[in-house]
Amino acid sequence: MEQAKPILVLEHLAKHYGTIEAVVDANLTVFPGEIVALVGDNGAGKSTLVKMIAGATVPTAGHIFLAGQEQHFNSPRDAQQAGIETVYQDLALAPHLNIPQNIFLGRIPTAPNVFGRLFGHMDTKVMLLRASEALEELHITVKSLKQPIARLSGGQRQAVAIARSVLWGEKLLMLDEPTNHLGVQEVEMVLNLVRRVSENGRAVIYISHTIPHVFEIAHRIAVMRLGRITAILDTKSTSMDEVVSYITGTKVSA
Amino acid sequence: MKVLQEKQKPTGAKELLGQWRENLSQWWMFGILIALILVFSITAPGFLSQQNFVSTTVFASSTLLLAVAETFVIITGGIDLSVGAILGLSGMVSAYAMQYFYTGGMNATLVIIIGVIVALLSGAVLGAINGFVITAMKITPFIATLGMLGIATGFTFLITNGVEIINIPFSIGNIGNSALLNWLPIPFAVALVVAFGAHYVLSRTRFGLYTYAAGSNAEGSRVSGIDVRRHLFKIYVLSGLISGLAGFLVVARLVSGSPLEGANDELNAIAAVVIGGASLFGGSGTIFRTFIGGLVISVLVTGLVIAGVQPYWQTVTVGITIILAVFIDQRQQNQES
Repeated sequence: MEQAKPILVLEHLAKHYGTIEAVVDANLTVFPGEIVALVGDNGAGKSTLVKMIAGATVPTAGHIFLAGQEQHFNSPRDAQQAGIETVYQDLALAPHLNIPQNIFLGRIPTAPNVFGRLFGHMDTKVMLLRASEALEELHITVKSLKQPIARLSGGQRQAVAIARSVLWGEKLLMLDEPTNHLGVQEVEMVLNLVRRVSENGRAVIYISHTIPHVFEIAHRIAVMRLGRITAILDTKSTSMDEVVSYITGTKVSA
Repeated sequence: MKVLQEKQKPTGAKELLGQWRENLSQWWMFGILIALILVFSITAPGFLSQQNFVSTTVFASSTLLLAVAETFVIITGGIDLSVGAILGLSGMVSAYAMQYFYTGGMNATLVIIIGVIVALLSGAVLGAINGFVITAMKITPFIATLGMLGIATGFTFLITNGVEIINIPFSIGNIGNSALLNWLPIPFAVALVVAFGAHYVLSRTRFGLYTYAAGSNAEGSRVSGIDVRRHLFKIYVLSGLISGLAGFLVVARLVSGSPLEGANDELNAIAAVVIGGASLFGGSGTIFRTFIGGLVISVLVTGLVIAGVQPYWQTVTVGITIILAVFIDQRQQNQES
């Protein structure tokens, strides 16, 4: 994996709120098809770091490179257009809308005719077709695409949210605690899904508190503590104990 | 295509039953409409007549227009308490403008065209003020439109110190008081056309989907790239615009501008939407069901009049109906979950 060109490079990235240093000198490299877990205690700076990459927060200092090009995101829209999608912990799905409508939320295609141009008539055929393809690519099965999201289980909703971000995030996916509030079977399903996403060549940044899940899917683990990335560990050559001691600060890297 | 094919598989008996129950819960108000018509045609002689059909549908037209406006707002999770007041003020402003040009010697048809434009414009401007207060000043829709209810009602009387405006072209009554083929009053025909348009917009267009999305999950819609604030602004402008149109039609029916029009009309409009099963928490509701709800209210009110019940009972009945409709809806939602 290391021989490929990195998809995401963070250099000396920092975010200060007044005198509070939320993120300090963050350096991270992520390769295509790689799952990098981001772990750390509450308030360690994970969310701020992710928000900077997602365009929701503007960094105070440092650089973000995507596929070799420096990026200056001023809004989530900018990051989305560059190919970065984020699945937030509190799902950004609309429970009353059906699956294709949610997958295309904010990007509704209009029909290629007079009605589309004049009234914004939705191209439901294209939405249905591409939504079903997106689900099929990830082996997600649902009873009906046309049912409202509210009818789906927590795991199925998470699957739809991930399918949506896979469809639009061609370069990088960031998942914030995607297994929260899920049953055992559904956790397994979501983890498999994330694995499949990375096998299809996308880079994934996976934020989680659940260390066993991290060990199940991540290639590398970046630990944050007090705003700094204190360690980047290879999953194969580390242990849960070591990760936990970096999180709590009983161990610090040389 | 696997996913699509699965959907088309024949569904099990249990599921069919579930679907049937769901349809039933959507159609109960249609049953109530039929029941009301039956009850009134027995108890109130003359209820089933051409004359009453025309007067009921004329009454229904402004209720339906305001209810259509209210449907958009309620789907976004908001509420517009000022639709009746905007109807009243737009009507008065329109009548005032028509009087100004008509007494100035302008051609009657031209005056009426100006009247339509002024009514629509006033409605849209008042709606835009609502939209501004809600999206830019971040006041909740309930308070913002409650404030507008007071402001617009006050100005309705201030324009002429509470006097009716009567110097407008008499030919405006051809719009307000004639019925196509003797059965279809023009105001009701206008309400039908607006309702069809609104149904199309809500169910088939991007604008409609964003309306549901904003009410279903505003924050989620925002991070998905929808400009929710701008959309809400447009919704309140639209609500004002439709209320303004209703205001003109009322002037056309009365052939005068009356400062008393529009008072309490928001009650009927909200009742129609709620009877139609839309959730006040946003995300659900359809024009078709609002339409049935509006007909229920209209038949109820005009039926009571024909049955000889004192008119003061009208708002009492509508008020009770609102509470009952929400009660039934809540119970059904509890059963589902």
